[in-house]
Amino acid sequence: MSARPSPPEVIRGRITRVSGPVVLAEGLGGAGLFDVAEVGEARLAGEIIRVDGGGATIQVYEENTGMRPGESVLSLGKPLSLSLGPGLIGTIYDGIQRPLERLKESSGSFIRAGVRGERLPLDRMWAFAPALGPGDEIGPGTLVGRVRETELVEHRVIAPPGTVPCKVSRSVPAGEYTLRDTVLETEAGESLTLAQEWPARRARPSRKRLPPNEPLMTGLRVIDLLFPLSKGGCAAIPGGFGTGKTMAQHAIAKFCDADIIVYVGCGERGNEMTDVLTEFPKLVDPRTGRSIMERTILIANTSNMPVAAREVSIYTGITLAEYYRDMGYDVAVMADSTSRWAEALRELSGRLEEMPAEEGFPAYLPTRLAEFYERGGRVETLGGRSGSISIIGAVSPPGGDFSEPVTQHTKRFIRCFWALDRDLANARHYPAISWIDSYSEYAEELREWWDRKDPAWKDLRAQALDLMKREQRLEQIVRLIGPDALPDEQRLILVTAEMVKNGFLQQSSFDDVDKYCVPEKQILILHTIMEFHRRAEEAIKAGVPLTEIVAMPARERLSRLKSEVANDRIEEIRAAEREMAAAFDGLARVYSREEAT
Amino acid sequence: MRGLEHRGLERAEGPIIIARRRETAGYGELVAVYGRDGARRMGKVVDSSDSAIAVQLFTTNTGLSLDETRIELLGGPLELRVGPDLLGRVFDGLGRPSDGYPEILSSDKRDVNGSPINPSARVYPRDFIQTGVSAIDGMNTLIRGQKLPIFSGNGLPHNRLAAQIVRQAKILSSGAREGADESFAIVFAGMGIKYDVARFFVDSFERSGVLSRVVMFQSLADSPTIERLVTPRCALTAAEYLAYDMGMHVLVVLTDMTNYCEALREVSASRGEVPSRKGYPGYLYSDLASLYERAGRIEGSAGSITQIPILSMPNDDISNPIPDLTGYITEGQIVLDRELFQRGAYPSIAVLPSLSRLMKDGIGEGMTRDDHKEVSSQLFAAYARTKSVRNLAAIIGEEELAPLDKKYLRFGERFESEFVSQGEDDDRSIGRTLDLGWRLLAVLPTEELVRASRAMIEKYLPKEDGDAGAERRPD
Ligand SMILES: Nc1ncnc2c1ncn2[C@@H]1O[C@H](COP(=O)(O)OP(=O)(O)O)[C@@H](O)[C@H]1O
Ligand SMILES: [Mg+2]
Repeated sequence: MSARPSPPEVIRGRITRVSGPVVLAEGLGGAGLFDVAEVGEARLAGEIIRVDGGGATIQVYEENTGMRPGESVLSLGKPLSLSLGPGLIGTIYDGIQRPLERLKESSGSFIRAGVRGERLPLDRMWAFAPALGPGDEIGPGTLVGRVRETELVEHRVIAPPGTVPCKVSRSVPAGEYTLRDTVLETEAGESLTLAQEWPARRARPSRKRLPPNEPLMTGLRVIDLLFPLSKGGCAAIPGGFGTGKTMAQHAIAKFCDADIIVYVGCGERGNEMTDVLTEFPKLVDPRTGRSIMERTILIANTSNMPVAAREVSIYTGITLAEYYRDMGYDVAVMADSTSRWAEALRELSGRLEEMPAEEGFPAYLPTRLAEFYERGGRVETLGGRSGSISIIGAVSPPGGDFSEPVTQHTKRFIRCFWALDRDLANARHYPAISWIDSYSEYAEELREWWDRKDPAWKDLRAQALDLMKREQRLEQIVRLIGPDALPDEQRLILVTAEMVKNGFLQQSSFDDVDKYCVPEKQILILHTIMEFHRRAEEAIKAGVPLTEIVAMPARERLSRLKSEVANDRIEEIRAAEREMAAAFDGLARVYSREEAT
Repeated sequence: MRGLEHRGLERAEGPIIIARRRETAGYGELVAVYGRDGARRMGKVVDSSDSAIAVQLFTTNTGLSLDETRIELLGGPLELRVGPDLLGRVFDGLGRPSDGYPEILSSDKRDVNGSPINPSARVYPRDFIQTGVSAIDGMNTLIRGQKLPIFSGNGLPHNRLAAQIVRQAKILSSGAREGADESFAIVFAGMGIKYDVARFFVDSFERSGVLSRVVMFQSLADSPTIERLVTPRCALTAAEYLAYDMGMHVLVVLTDMTNYCEALREVSASRGEVPSRKGYPGYLYSDLASLYERAGRIEGSAGSITQIPILSMPNDDISNPIPDLTGYITEGQIVLDRELFQRGAYPSIAVLPSLSRLMKDGIGEGMTRDDHKEVSSQLFAAYARTKSVRNLAAIIGEEELAPLDKKYLRFGERFESEFVSQGEDDDRSIGRTLDLGWRLLAVLPTEELVRASRAMIEKYLPKEDGDAGAERRPD
């Protein structure tokens, strides 16, 4: 922790009005905007969100029933800050970084106002391996040493962004230390521990932005092959209730190839957080063989928890993500749901009696959204490492109507849009990501990476998207005249599109084999279906009736490959392809004979 | 009781009254307001400043004059007295006994607003509740500790369905935890409902012999609308006591949530708040969540709270803010369908837009049956296909349909008439429901059943044609 020139100044004021989570106070003349406050006799956590003259407006992060005018307020003279250090991983916090497990131990199953718990385990010993010795150069972002935080995560202790560049004057030998211990001192008189603080609302600086040209592999076929996200990219996943936003976020959190996951449950269900808490520890990361909880941090400010803390929870999540990014990690942030965050803004804005813009949202909604998504990206860190934050924000539009302000403004700041479709969800086609309304602008940037990995990607992707577009146009015709009126070549498009839907796009999170699909398998399945299409087109040209092609047992197999072939046995897909080719050869022989006779 | 008083009002606007400050009032503090008539009205402080307090009444302001009104500050939030004696009692919308008996004997009083459950203290609900209704058990399974609302409309059979669920609900022995206390209770909150609706539920509880295990909170249609804002909170406070203190499995029926939301809108309008959609306040979501999230299970307690809120969708519109925000909070929804109902079908559940989010962990081998996931997924897919075939048939005529599409039509008809429809006293076991599902799937060619694995098809799909011996075919 960098040494402060002088301790922050505490100012005492007096409450003059209480109206829900917004409180007015007097006597806080010297307090700064966004300084933290302790409000009322219960000393509830709050933040000063407006100052004028000697008066201040404070939003209170905890339930403040019973608070009265006349009670005191302390402004602590520093912004709302988070504790960063080893011990974050595997922990569940509320929106203002109160550790929920520790609160449970101290105050039971229900959250009470005013209770506190250590954000990081201050007395736990960590094995620290220093990277610097006396005389070494140190500055913002310099690697100070390493701590094994979990089996999966090496915690790199990094000099905070404000560190004065100079030389190390003293450092400790390798050994066990707690977060209270000083591990390094500099010639500028700063002393560092294993932990540091950072204001939640302020982005942590980096040196420069890097292009997002590496994919974040999610294991979901419709995403990785059709609408890919980059490491450092931002995606929105909008959809009405029950269309699969949360399940998609859970699936990505479980299986994507990021190093660290920050999952922010913002104004959503309590049981969904419990689900993560009970399921993640049991789930083994397919790449590392360790529990995925060993790379996950949870922020839970559920719908029934105080709305002001919900507003902060998003910033808390992204700040923790930046902290690990600065260590050189690829971090993925899930925010479920950004709409609830926007609504928290709206509610607080309403209590401040600000002038509303669209649908009651404050006029600064787009600015706040932009600031949030701007904190995503792939960067070169202050210490010269490369790290990234990918942001996946769920959007919950009222009535499932995407023309509402949060969806519309979000679209301006993200480049990947996974539109969830009500009809697909009702038919239990999951993930219900519409192949018509979704897009990814990252596909272009990812071309080169894929060319190195598997050059088939871009053609397969183009073919599949094209096929699905043609199917959509044909469906419109079919709706007028019925499918029988179409020639076989066109009906084939409907048949193959159905196979793409069932055999490729649809991917149930409850299917033990298919819930996660390695890239090689993704490509092979799509390749095989498109190969079917090519062979079928040829066969139809050669006079084979579509009914015969549809009836081939080798065809039905293709829709089942996803669940019948495990990730480590994908050669079976090639076998299925050979079987299919043989079936087509057979048909071709029969029909060339018929033609001859 | 602090006994401090204000006399005289500055203003009265609907349920909100404003008085000049004499004594400091706490935010959310309970107050008693007396008019010239001497009658006692309850309310709570919604804004408290150095100069004035605003009180939201739980009842009408008729009979309150500006000069002669007295406000008494009662020193804390609204509380409900809880104890084992709650069972079998009837209370009004504010939690006062209305069955002619005295207050229950207990000094244990709880703040009706409750506190949020710490997410890390929740136990994820997994126990399957068999309701005996195929469209629910087979397709949208109810789980103990779930909040699963019924989205209905005026005149649709939501009350009958809720009563049937309450009557038939049971835990299969394989799904029950060992040594768990299987005692149960029913908490009923009626908000703005008619007397006959309340009567219907009482009769139904009585017929199934559970009345002594029911706690009722009723704010009937002729009670002040504002009272409804308190009613579900009293009910859930009672439920929390029974579940988490007494270890009981509590089924809470909340009806009609639409009346609740309208009362909230009324209060918000009279406070001059900026409305969001359809005049409802922007905090409707958070407010509803403060009720619905009081369902569940917690560590260290054997009990559970399962909620079945009922709401009538204005104009049958599922995108109306009330069903919409409810669906965003609850763990699924059972949607009733007017068209099915008009065709004489009961319980007229619209299977496709219905959903149970907790189904995934409560079904399958050891809980229901190994084929449950696959057969339900296949039924969903096939029925969705039926719907689009019907649209096509409406345009090109049924005769023009391809043979496969005709089979889908046939499947859909039988699915609706045999699977979705059933008698009000028909209590189907889960095995019967799933077998029925397979029998209907046999109408379709086997290669269409891509959502089911070959192993399950082999094991459960009847070998003979599903239409063998089939009866009527409407032409
Ligand atoms: N990928 C998926 N695989 C299987 N089922 C899914 C999937 N996505 C959604 N579902 C089903 O849809 C339900 C609702 O999904 P959820 O993600 O909770 O929706 P939302 O967050 O959009 O309201 C889930 O409970 C599950 O039954
Ligand atoms: Mg969700």
